[in-house]
Amino acid sequence: MSALLALDGVTVARGGRTVLAGADLQLHAGERLALVGPNGAGKTTLLRTLVGLERPSAGRVVAFGAERRTEVDFGTVRARAQLMFQDPDDQLFCPTVIDDVAFGPLNLGRKRDEAFAAARAVLERLGLVHLADRVTHRLSGGEKRLVCLAALIAMAPDALLLDEPTNDLDEENRARMIDILLRLDAALLLVSHDRDFLERIATRAVLLREGTVRPALVHRHVVTQEEIHIHGLDASHRHAEG
Amino acid sequence: MPAALGAAPVRVSFGIAALDPRTRLLGAFAGVLAVALLSSLWVLAAAALGTFALALAAGPGTAALMRRLVHLEGFMLVLLALLPFTVPGTPLFGAPPFVASAEGFARAVQILLKVNACGFLVFALLGGLEPVRIGAAALALKAPERLVQLFLLVVRYGGVLRAEAARLQEAMRARAFAPRASLTWSLHTWRTYGHMLGMVLVRALERAERVSEAMRCRGFSGRLPASAERPALGAADLAFALLLAAAILAAFAAEHLA
Ligand SMILES: Nc1ncnc2c1ncn2[C@@H]1O[C@H](COP(=O)(O)OP(=O)(O)O)[C@@H](O)[C@H]1O
Ligand SMILES: [Mg+2]
Repeated sequence: MSALLALDGVTVARGGRTVLAGADLQLHAGERLALVGPNGAGKTTLLRTLVGLERPSAGRVVAFGAERRTEVDFGTVRARAQLMFQDPDDQLFCPTVIDDVAFGPLNLGRKRDEAFAAARAVLERLGLVHLADRVTHRLSGGEKRLVCLAALIAMAPDALLLDEPTNDLDEENRARMIDILLRLDAALLLVSHDRDFLERIATRAVLLREGTVRPALVHRHVVTQEEIHIHGLDASHRHAEG
Repeated sequence: MPAALGAAPVRVSFGIAALDPRTRLLGAFAGVLAVALLSSLWVLAAAALGTFALALAAGPGTAALMRRLVHLEGFMLVLLALLPFTVPGTPLFGAPPFVASAEGFARAVQILLKVNACGFLVFALLGGLEPVRIGAAALALKAPERLVQLFLLVVRYGGVLRAEAARLQEAMRARAFAPRASLTWSLHTWRTYGHMLGMVLVRALERAERVSEAMRCRGFSGRLPASAERPALGAADLAFALLLAAAILAAFAAEHLA
């Protein structure tokens, strides 16, 4: 089966430094892929490359069955693959929560009533409907995260790319986020330093280091320098995938 | 002018909070426009009194009103002190070259009344309204979309940027930075503030970049979708509009009769 999203030998420079150097990655439908790596390894850069916010100097970005190069190409990618930014304040720019969640569907050309009904339905499904009329910049950090997630889910994406989604979540909201993610149909690409979170969610893991992506095993302990192992319930399955 | 005065308490009884933001925005706009066109001191005085009563009864609370007025009146005092001396006309007092003219004095009082009447009206109608709702109302009233976008983004990110600047300042203080309280600050103090300002600017720019990227990621192509729920105007809105129109008409009539 071909991948939903793939990087094929991609090289990306930021600020004059090569961050990705021939990186390969594949995200398949139904998969929840953990992307781990030290600070500054380029995890955020990799996610940005997948939705065309960074353009590779070499290699190919293949998304939903076609190679993507131009802003127009990535326009169609962005309707189906949603990126959650590291800082929720970057994402929630609408006055109220319901406005923000309806923003994406409206951009997809839905009618106003439809879009707001869909937004409300998503909030309801995620147990966030009590936040609907709140002013976005007065939400707590954790609430902002969950609303961001709702706004992305409202786009009915085939793939969700989440950049450190459990930052500033308390235990309760973190459990809620996990619960929500496990019930989604979309493929997930998860960047996180939160071991326990990845352990519970990820079906496969890769490690980004020195600009390239290599398989990692989901295991509780760091076994070698090269591989971050995060213990999983079905480790054998992951070994096979890795 | 009695009509203008008399209308105010009646309006209050409807409760400003019950009015649609669009009504409040339009009302403020119409009222300010009318006040700007009036010139009779008596009519203006009546308008100022009426709007003051409205602000007291319907604004964001007396304490908040007074706090906001302090800013306004400070500026007005300067105007009141300077204007009589800069407008030529019948001398009132003083010796050349500093002569206060009656015309200048009248002009100063006129401006004072106008500004206060407008200020009271805006406090009364918009003071209790979330800025985001003002933006939404402006959009609903077909105000230029770019302007409204700008307004809403300023409201949304003003606080974020302020918080960023405050965090930087705290971080500076946490490392024992204290601005030298001398007339000529030390070079270190100047340099530190320079760094801070630069950092705030750079971060604001990067933030703007990321916000725009996040918007593109959700399919944004340059037009903001219309805002959320927009209920129909109610009886209170109609009543308010009629009363305001009556007050404005009465004010113009009084001015012509005077
Ligand atoms: N806006 C930028 N301009 C220039 N360099 C950047 C920018 N953002 C990140 N970098 C650099 O790119 C590298 C990878 O960053 P990033 O992808 O954010 O790493 P990670 O998310 O894995 O922590 C880092 O060395 C960082 O310094
Ligand atoms: Mg990052």
